[in-house]
Amino acid sequence: MITPLRFSLWLGFLTLGLTALARAELTVDINQGVEGTMPIAIVPFGQEALAGDNLAGIIAADLKNSGRFTPLDEVQMPERPVPPEAVNFPVWQSAGQEHVVIGQVVPGVGGAAYEATFTLFDAIRGTSLLSDRIPFKASDARHTAHRMADLIYQQLTGERGISNTRIAYVTASGAGKTREYRLQIADADGQGAREVMSSSEPIMSPVWSPDGKRMAYVSFEDRKAAIYVQNLSTGERRTVSATPGINGAPAWSPDGSTLALTLSKDGNPEIYTLDVASGALNRITRDDAIDTEASWSPDGRSLVMTSDRGGKPQLYLVSATGGEPQRLTYEGDYNARGVFSPDGRSLAMVHGGEGGYRIALMDMGSRHLKMLTRGRLDESPSFAANGRVILYTRKDGGRDQLAMVTVDGQSQRNIPIRGGEVRGAAWSP
Amino acid sequence: MMKKLAMGGLLLVLAISGCSSKGGLDETNAGASAARRGHAKAGGAGHAYADVGRNSQFTGLGDLDSGTGPLSKRVIYFAYDSDDVLPEYEPVMTAHAEYLASHPQQTAVLEGHADERGSSEYNIALSERRARSVERSLRLQGAAEGQLQIVSYGEEKPAVSGHEESSWQQNRRVEIVYSGH
Repeated sequence: MITPLRFSLWLGFLTLGLTALARAELTVDINQGVEGTMPIAIVPFGQEALAGDNLAGIIAADLKNSGRFTPLDEVQMPERPVPPEAVNFPVWQSAGQEHVVIGQVVPGVGGAAYEATFTLFDAIRGTSLLSDRIPFKASDARHTAHRMADLIYQQLTGERGISNTRIAYVTASGAGKTREYRLQIADADGQGAREVMSSSEPIMSPVWSPDGKRMAYVSFEDRKAAIYVQNLSTGERRTVSATPGINGAPAWSPDGSTLALTLSKDGNPEIYTLDVASGALNRITRDDAIDTEASWSPDGRSLVMTSDRGGKPQLYLVSATGGEPQRLTYEGDYNARGVFSPDGRSLAMVHGGEGGYRIALMDMGSRHLKMLTRGRLDESPSFAANGRVILYTRKDGGRDQLAMVTVDGQSQRNIPIRGGEVRGAAWSP
Repeated sequence: MMKKLAMGGLLLVLAISGCSSKGGLDETNAGASAARRGHAKAGGAGHAYADVGRNSQFTGLGDLDSGTGPLSKRVIYFAYDSDDVLPEYEPVMTAHAEYLASHPQQTAVLEGHADERGSSEYNIALSERRARSVERSLRLQGAAEGQLQIVSYGEEKPAVSGHEESSWQQNRRVEIVYSGH
């Protein structure tokens, strides 16, 4: 029986649901442009003041890489206005462009060397949707373009943009005595790489703290595994775990206070949580099998991990305070390195099957598993902060590369990285 | 079967030749990279190795350096997804166990390795399992607990860099690394 109170609650839920539905449909409509993406024109900026970086080109590449836009080729543009009032909307409508961005760079005032101004137009209605002005110094030109791309992305999708985020990865080069491992950080498009640390011994599994200021990683520099936490601005670091055996797979809790990690000090690999400030250790799993690769749910209450307690590596969910793990994956003989999407609704993983090891995505509601990549040796999945794109490593054609794939599996691309084989990947918050 | 054994022999030769550059390796590099970062820590292990190397000249370790015989075989290979020490390695295991039993001051690191397939941290766990399997065999035949240390490298230090089975079978291995050799 539905009581009046319950009925009104139901009504409330129904209304909410309908609103969400309407929004979803709207989003789908917007996306039904060329190849399911939104057309947009980023007109070359008037930037005589700034040599070198082509800001419009960077913005267009960022929007294309988001998987949600198809920027118009420069050669197909009907006009190239610079001041906002010079835009002729009908010619853009004829060119099939709903959105047009124009901008310019002028010498800055005060401390800044330059100032970028840009406007995003709705070419159909002939209105300005967004206009902003960003002072910057010469070395920040690319970042300024990424910021503009994120502002445009957010305006048109309602979601946070990820162009101005960073990625961390480990490269390995050389052989024997000249072998060199480097932990590096670059912009999300692979540009502007800088070294965090290097060693003649392996470096593994870098992970960003939730505030993006610190990084935890595994280093074998003492000829055995230890986990370090390094402050990225000062370079200062400390050893947080160096127990006998494995010290691996560090993962930050969402509040940044705790690291989940894998230790084998008690005989075989088990999951522990470590309070970073106090050093207090809490054992989560107790099993003769391998338990490793813990990753936190966004609410910080659970961990997903890889375990072969059932005979083959599969993903399990366990409370972050310990308890009986529950098996999550049943499809295939190899499911490992599970990581939650930022909204917790899906789980990316390495799925091994006939064709190789691929990045797959499981819907936590339906438990349906969807293949996102088609490589032979794909691993190390890491979500962008907005959950729309996954960074991973691949080995195809004899080359180890960084790559990105959108969560709908529609768009995949390589990230150009210098410095040798790429061995681990982590996207910044 | 013959083919398999011959292949195994070939792999051993390959691995041993690769191994010679292994023992004393990289103290300089580790030290240099540590200095570059402004951390003195990474140098520590290197010095320990160097000291043992000097002392070892007085403890009759010529056997280990002879380059022939079962003691010169320092790499144990494994089947896919397996941590079983294959029967063909029994003489090698026995020789190392007896050597360790008769040289109680000698220590060794058992370096576990995996091929590159699948997730890197899971491979760390798999390669530790292999190293523990070798440790168990050596312990059963007389090596003492304090003589053996395990380091699992997973897929991070491949012996061969190719992306196919012929490379992978050379990478699924445990290397016995004697300190000072």
